[in-house]
Amino acid sequence: MNIQSCITIINEWDIVAARQLGRNVAKELGFGTVDQARITTAISELARNIYLYAGKGQICIDKLSEGGKAGLQIKAVDSGPGIREIRQVMEDGFSTSGGLGAGLPGVKRLMDEFYIDSTPGQGTQIKATKWLR
Amino acid sequence: MRIPILKLDDCLLVSIQWELDDQTALQFQEDLLQKIHETSSNGVVIDLTSIDFIDSFIAKVLGDVISMSKLMGAIVVLTGIQPAVAITLIELGIGLDDVLTALDLEKGLEKLQQELGE
Repeated sequence: MNIQSCITIINEWDIVAARQLGRNVAKELGFGTVDQARITTAISELARNIYLYAGKGQICIDKLSEGGKAGLQIKAVDSGPGIREIRQVMEDGFSTSGGLGAGLPGVKRLMDEFYIDSTPGQGTQIKATKWLR
Repeated sequence: MRIPILKLDDCLLVSIQWELDDQTALQFQEDLLQKIHETSSNGVVIDLTSIDFIDSFIAKVLGDVISMSKLMGAIVVLTGIQPAVAITLIELGIGLDDVLTALDLEKGLEKLQQELGE
């Protein structure tokens, strides 16, 4: 059974709301403090990408239960400009915003599973999962 | 809400007690530089004991304010970075290299005195 809740990201305050939701769900599921920090940070990065690049989108937090394993999935969906060179944005140090370039490769390292799908002109969908050990 | 900046002799003390949103972080950057200017402080300790996560934006704001303070002539020491914060920052790819750190506030003040050569 999957339980989902979503936050619409339009402004900076929604980034705070999204990571608070994620932290609460992570706590509920029994993740330790380090994994809670990983999940919160990953949500913050994904929500900020939506805010900076797409202007509007959604962060959904799913509780996953699969073959006796429990986990948390972050889904970041937007209908912004999309990413033309996915391979390039998955390289460390690549940034178009003048940030630290930690973005997506960082999120991938923080989580156990990472999936990205993007179509230029249509938007981006990212799923990142952390399993309870 | 603004982050309080306290003066202690010729140093400034900051303890960040709650989760930083973007506006608070940017306001803090300005407030700290203004306070360094007003008080002619040559050292700052920023204690992060209560902070349980730092994302790339907050890391950039902190890194920037340290560089800006240095430009003005003040040294900044970060203290109390939690294990979970250290782990996630490195995994994110943010080393905060060249930043002075110490385990806690007490050691941070000691480090600052050493750096200032007192």
